[in-house]
Amino acid sequence: MTEIKDYTQGKITWCAGCGDFSILNAVKRAFVELNIQPENLAFTSGIGCSSKISYWTKAYGFSGLHGRGLQLALGAKLANRNLTVFSAAGDGDLLGEGVNHLIHTARKNIDVTLILHNNQVYGLTTGQKSPTSEKGFITISTPKGVVEDPLNPLLLALTSGSTFIARCFAGDLNHITKIIAEGIKHKGFSFIEILQPCVTYNYLNTYDYWKERCYDLQQNKYDFTNKEEAFKKMHEYGKKMPVGIFYKINKPSYEELFKQTKIPSYKHNIDNINIDKLFEEFR
Amino acid sequence: MVEINKLALKIGGEAGYGIMGIGLIFAKLCMRSGLYAFMSHDYPSLIRGGHNTSHIRVEDNIVTSHIDTCDLLIALNKETIDLHKNELTLNGGIIYDGEEDKIANAEIRNDIRLFAVPLMKISREISGERILRNTIALGASVALFDIDLELLFNILKENFNKKGEKTVKMNIDAARKGYEFIKNNYKKEFRNKIVKKERKNLILLTGNEAISIAAIKAGLKFHCQYPMTPSSQILTYLSSKADDYGIVVLQLEDEISVINTALGASWTGARSMVATSGGGFCLMSEAFGLAGMVELPLVIIMGQRGGPATGLPTKSAQGDLQFVLHAAQGEFPRIVLAPGDVEECFDLTLEAFNLADKLQNPVLILHDVYLANNGKVIDLPNIQYSVDRGKIAKDEQLDSVKDYKRYEYNNNDCVVLRSLPGQKNGLYSCGSDEHDEYGQISEDPENRIKMMERRMRKLEYAKELIGNKMTKLHGSIDADITIIGWGSMKGRILEAMKYFEKDNIKVNFLQIISMSPFPVDIVNEILRKAGFIIIAEENFSGQLSGLITEHTTIEIKNKLLKYNGVPFSPSEIYDKIKSMYKK
Ligand SMILES: Cc1ncc(C[n+]2csc(CCOP(=O)(O)OP(=O)(O)O)c2C)c(N)n1
Ligand code: SF4
Ligand SMILES: [Mg+2]
Repeated sequence: MTEIKDYTQGKITWCAGCGDFSILNAVKRAFVELNIQPENLAFTSGIGCSSKISYWTKAYGFSGLHGRGLQLALGAKLANRNLTVFSAAGDGDLLGEGVNHLIHTARKNIDVTLILHNNQVYGLTTGQKSPTSEKGFITISTPKGVVEDPLNPLLLALTSGSTFIARCFAGDLNHITKIIAEGIKHKGFSFIEILQPCVTYNYLNTYDYWKERCYDLQQNKYDFTNKEEAFKKMHEYGKKMPVGIFYKINKPSYEELFKQTKIPSYKHNIDNINIDKLFEEFR
Repeated sequence: MVEINKLALKIGGEAGYGIMGIGLIFAKLCMRSGLYAFMSHDYPSLIRGGHNTSHIRVEDNIVTSHIDTCDLLIALNKETIDLHKNELTLNGGIIYDGEEDKIANAEIRNDIRLFAVPLMKISREISGERILRNTIALGASVALFDIDLELLFNILKENFNKKGEKTVKMNIDAARKGYEFIKNNYKKEFRNKIVKKERKNLILLTGNEAISIAAIKAGLKFHCQYPMTPSSQILTYLSSKADDYGIVVLQLEDEISVINTALGASWTGARSMVATSGGGFCLMSEAFGLAGMVELPLVIIMGQRGGPATGLPTKSAQGDLQFVLHAAQGEFPRIVLAPGDVEECFDLTLEAFNLADKLQNPVLILHDVYLANNGKVIDLPNIQYSVDRGKIAKDEQLDSVKDYKRYEYNNNDCVVLRSLPGQKNGLYSCGSDEHDEYGQISEDPENRIKMMERRMRKLEYAKELIGNKMTKLHGSIDADITIIGWGSMKGRILEAMKYFEKDNIKVNFLQIISMSPFPVDIVNEILRKAGFIIIAEENFSGQLSGLITEHTTIEIKNKLLKYNGVPFSPSEIYDKIKSMYKK
C-alpha cells in the first residue's frame, strides 16, 4: 500500500490558506485510497497557481503550456493506457486559453480525470478576471466590475460529452477525496470542478461564501444517470450550490477504440519494420 | 527524327475533370515501361472550376524536375490550348476534341500537329456521359507514343477495381477507342516514342508519400494532424496504414492540440510526428519551444506554401525558412533539415526520428508544395536503417541510479538518461518553467546557466550526428559558377546545370540541407574558393542568403528570387544565371 509521503515532493509556494492545499491533499489521499503506484501515475497540468500541483506530486508529472495540459494527458493515455492519467487546470487555463480542448477531449471520452481548480480569478498573473468570475466582480483588469455572465463549467462539460461530472468545495477535504477517487475509478472522461478559494485575489468567493451555499447532491434522492436532471441541477447557482456527482454514465472509453493501444507504444518492436508491401502500391 | 524515351506530356482542363489522376496513370505507364519520370501538378485552391494541369516528363535517366515545354498537349478544353500552345516543342502535337473545340488554323504554329479526337462523342457512346474524355485522350496519347496498350489496361484495372467491373470496362473501352482512333486516322509517326526497357524496382513517390513511408519504417507510433495543404496527404496516407502498423493516427481540433497531444505521447515513449504548413506551425510554435524545454523528441513536418496568412494555398514557396529558424520565444536548439527531393524526404525522415531521440529534442523537416505533391520515379530505396532511441533508460539502468536526475547538469554529455512514465525508479516532474536537475521550478541564475548551456550544446552534437548530410556539393569543386540552393530547388538546379555543359561553363551547386545547425565550415570553405556565386530561392528576401551571411559574413550579391507562386523552371534558372554571369 502506498502512503501520502510516497507522493510528496517539492517546495510549495502557494499563499498560506490557498484552497489548492486541500486539493493537493485530497489528490494524494485519493491516490493512496486507490493504491496507485507513483510510477504508474501520469499527472499533467497547464500553467497557473493551480497547475503547479503536478510539480508537487511525486509521480511522472508534466506541467506544459497554459491551457494545454489536457492535451498532454490525451497523448499520454493513448500512448500508454496502462497509466492512470490525471490532469489539473485553472479556470483561466481550461476555460479561457484552452477551452476548445476541453470540448473536444471530453467528447472523446478518453479515460482521463480532470480537476478544475475554479477560483474564479487569475491567481498566478495577480488577480485579473477569469471566465468564471461573477458578474460585477472587481479585479485589476475590470475596475468597474466584470461585465459578462460567468461561464458554467459543468454545463460545458455535460454538453461536450463528459461521462462523469462532479463538483466539490475545497473546504471539504473528505468530500473531494471521495469524489476524486470516484472520478479516477470511472472509465472515461471525468470532469471535476473544485470551488477553490483564492485568499489573495478573490475577496468574494471565500470559504465562508461557499460553506453557506454548498449542499451535497447525494444527500437527497438524485439520479445521476439522468441527463435532463443533471442539466437542471447544473443551473442551480446562487443562494444554494449543489456539490457531488451530477452525472455519470458508462460508455466505451476512447483509448479502447484503438486496437493499437493495447500494448503501450514504447513496447512495440520497431526494429526492422517491413515496408515492402507499402512500396508495392507505388510500382 | 523520332526521339526515343524522352518526352514531356502536359494535360490540361478544368479542375474536377481528373487531370491529376490521368497524369498519375501516364507516369506509372512510363515507369512500367522501365523509364524514369517526374510528374508535376499545378492547380488552384478550388474543388471545381479553375484551370488544372499535370505535366509528366519521361526519360531513360532519373528525372529531377519539370520543364516548361511539352511535346504533346492533351487539351480537355479550349482554354488549355490557348494557355499552353506556346510551350509545345517543334513538331509537337495537341490532342483535343475536334468537334467541341474549334481551332482556327492561324492560331497554331504550323509545325504543330493537331489530333482531333471526338472525346465527347466517344465518351457519350460508351457511358452516356462526359466522364471518360480523359481516359480516351490517354488512350490516344498511348497510341502516339507507341506505348504498350496492355500496360494501360492493367493500370486502369487496378485503378478502377474499387469502383466495380462496369467502371473498369468502360475505362478500358474508352482507352481502346482513343488508341484506335489515332492508329486509324493518324498514320505518320509522332515525334516521340517509348521503347520498353528492362528496368525493375522503380517506384513513383511524392515527397509526402516518401515522408509517410519513412516514418512508418522508423517506427512511428503516434501521428496527429489538422489538415492543411501541402501536408494533408500525410494524414490521409497514415490513417490508411494505422491499423496495419499499430500507429495511433488522429485528426484533432487544431494544431495547438496536435503538437501538445503528440508531446504527451512522446513523453510516454511513442515515436511521434506532426505535419502542417506555415499557418499551422504558427499555432504550434509555443509548444515547439516546450519540446525544446522539457527535452522531448518530436518530428515536425512543415510544408511551405505561399504566405503570409492564407497566402497562395496551393502554390510552392520557400518563404518560411527564417520563420521556422526563429519560431517560439527564447533560445533552444532548433534543428531544421530541408530535403531537396523525394529520396532525401525519405532519408531525412528516417534520420529525423533517430536524431530526435538521440538529441531529446524536436527535429523539423522543411519541405514545400513542389516537393510534397510532385511525383518522381526513383529506384526502390536500399534501406539500411537501425532504430536508435538514444538514452531512453532500461529498468536496470534506473535501478542502479540512486538519485535520478532527469535534467542532470552533466558536463560531458548534453543528453541525459531519460525515464519513461511507468518505470519504477525514474520518477520526475517536468515542466515548461526553467527547472533544476530534478525538473522542479528554479529561477536560480547559476542553475539557469547550466541548463541553458547543456541544452544549447545539443546543436554541436547535432552537427556531429548529421555529419556529411548537412550539405551536398553537386559537380566538381572548381567551377566558374557556384549556384547555392535548398529544398525543392535542387531538382531544377541540377537540370539547369546540364544546360551549361554545352556552353563550356563549369557550374557546381552547393545544396544546403541542415539549416540549423548550420554547416558553417563547409559553406565557408566552398564559398571562399568559389568564382561567380549566385543563390536561387523562391522567396522575396533571399532567406538562405541572409542565413549564410549571418554565419559566414559572406555576402551573396547575386540573387535569383521568385515569389509569384510559379515554380522556377530549369531553363529560367539557366537563362537568368547566364545573363547575370555575362555582366
Ligand atoms: C500563452 C500564455 N498566455 C498567458 C500566460 C500568462 N498566464 C499564466 S497563468 C495565467 C492565468 C492563471 O489563471 P488560472 O488559469 O485561473 O490559474 P490560477 O493561477 O488561478 O490557478 C495566465 C494568463 C501564459 N503563461 N501563457
Ligand atoms: S494567488 Fe490565490 S490561487 Fe494563487 S496561491 Fe495565492 S491564494 Fe492560491
Ligand atoms: Mg484561476
